[in-house]
Amino acid sequence: MLRNLCAFAGWKAIRLVLLLAAVSVISFMLIEWSPIDPVQAYIGADMLRVGPEQREAIAAYWGLDRPPAERFFKWAAALLQGDMGTSMIYRQPVSQVIAERFAASALLMAAAWLLSGLVGFAAGVIAAARRGRLIDRAVQWICYTLASTPPFWLGLLLLMTFAVWLGWFPVGLSVPAGVLADQVTLADRIRHMALPALTLSVAGIAPVALHTRQKLIDVLSSDYVLFAKARGEKGAGLLLRHGLRNIAIPAVTLQFASFSELFGGAVLAEQVFSYPGLGQATVEAGLRGDVPLLLGLVLCSAVFVFAGNTMADLIGRMIDPRIREGKVL
Amino acid sequence: MPLLEVNNLSVAFARYAGGFQRRMEQAIVGLDLSVEAGEIVAVIGSSGSGKSLLAHAVLGILPGHAQVTGTIQYDGEPLNERRIAALRGNEIVLVPQSVSFLDPLQRVGAQVRTTARGTDPTATVRSVFKRLRLAEAVGRLFPFQLSGGMARRVLVSTAAVSAARLIVADEPTPGMQAEDVNETLSMLREMADKGSGVLLITHDIEAALRVADKVAVFYAGTTVELAKAADFAGDGSNLRHPYSRALWQALPRNGFKPLPGTQPSQDELPSGCLFAPRCPFATEACSAERPAIREVRGGWTRCFHAS
Repeated sequence: MLRNLCAFAGWKAIRLVLLLAAVSVISFMLIEWSPIDPVQAYIGADMLRVGPEQREAIAAYWGLDRPPAERFFKWAAALLQGDMGTSMIYRQPVSQVIAERFAASALLMAAAWLLSGLVGFAAGVIAAARRGRLIDRAVQWICYTLASTPPFWLGLLLLMTFAVWLGWFPVGLSVPAGVLADQVTLADRIRHMALPALTLSVAGIAPVALHTRQKLIDVLSSDYVLFAKARGEKGAGLLLRHGLRNIAIPAVTLQFASFSELFGGAVLAEQVFSYPGLGQATVEAGLRGDVPLLLGLVLCSAVFVFAGNTMADLIGRMIDPRIREGKVL
Repeated sequence: MPLLEVNNLSVAFARYAGGFQRRMEQAIVGLDLSVEAGEIVAVIGSSGSGKSLLAHAVLGILPGHAQVTGTIQYDGEPLNERRIAALRGNEIVLVPQSVSFLDPLQRVGAQVRTTARGTDPTATVRSVFKRLRLAEAVGRLFPFQLSGGMARRVLVSTAAVSAARLIVADEPTPGMQAEDVNETLSMLREMADKGSGVLLITHDIEAALRVADKVAVFYAGTTVELAKAADFAGDGSNLRHPYSRALWQALPRNGFKPLPGTQPSQDELPSGCLFAPRCPFATEACSAERPAIREVRGGWTRCFHAS
């Protein structure tokens, strides 16, 4: 058992290192080939007043005059020593920018993730238990609608309805404007987070609900539920004893494996709600050619998604003995 | 008064055959059977003759779209949905057909304990496991870790630990070693000797005859004969129905004679006697009308020509 787990951890570590190396190289190449000139993006409207000598000086200051391979290896060598470089647009160490942004985004993503998981799972269980009835059809219909709704468009709708017309929630940002940082209350943060979190969670509800529904329908028509009935078990007790663990596997796997969609969704949702999180920083870094920040964010998101998948694997092993004790006596 | 009495039971399934055409598929047609307390009734017949469906019908666990007619009486009273719901797991237990009837994520010991009755369920399970040569550690395994024979013994143990008055065993022995077959059958025999009724559904005629008191022969969803186990002897001349005789004579030690043809499929049952197309003695009367079940020489059969 312990040896199994060690082998599992070893393999995962090797894969993570390879993944990060590949992601770094590919991202660097993509940025290299992108038409955005970091110097031009940095200078912006002052372009006419800055001469070619000055531009070259800026490029030299950032090291942009060196060949791409040399720049990449210099960046990689620094990274191995724990230095992620300095963000060109924020003028702060990349690790500091990411840490600040991550705190805001993590809260948002965690709220959305929990919401979509719980709502999706509950909806799936209810739909399957009332299969073919009105509520089942309603859940399915809503799921298909949600799954085919672009999150940013839904975000705009929510913004128009609840922030502009009804005025229940603020239009943007993660804290009220013009308030000192130490005077921001938890209630303020929650109010600012509500709409983006709702938008972000919507994309995750449909897959969990539909997979849970299907799995529960399979479980309910399985031989072992039939036998449980033949032994006199019934109703909620039967569902709890034989249903829950069996249907939890796809739901948990999906939910942890959805970290990538969560991150992708956060980019859009934060953009719509001007929420200063990782997603917004990623868009900024991309549009303004901030190579160190963008690479840092890409690596960070890769680790994030990888962690989600690893957790899905680990929890799957915990729930399902067939994965954990994959040997026959 | 029989413990279990099945009269003229029919089970049909609605099937959608392309477009909006709905047709009924007869899976069991006019099935009769009775089990007395203290007796083992073996049910034999080929695959698709409705043996497992009978088991599920008795336990009230047929799928929702099944249409059931006829009567099932238990202890002299109709076994309706409410009554079976109260009795199953207590007075009536099922030994299911395969390991897929065990919850894949629950340890087998816990699953066996749910049917155990008496003051100390754990001790009951331990002693039954011991008799069936299952190590105590088996209780801590998950179903996927059991070998085929072990799984069968675990399934049998779910009935053996119960205090049921009626045991419906749906093919409990295939895949078992000979000594486990013997142990299983003798456990069923013991339960019968203590006053329970056992419905033993099986393919293994020879094993069934060693312990059964009566034998019901199924063909294409109906009972063609109810005979005493002793009638299966010699050249089978004591048997009343030509199909029972053919089944008996097809056994290796009784001549190994195959019967040409196959059982009719459920959506094209003949209008007369279900066995007529394969029967060497069929006459015109056989294809015109289905024979009713009648008493012949102390047993029951559905054949115009039996005497």
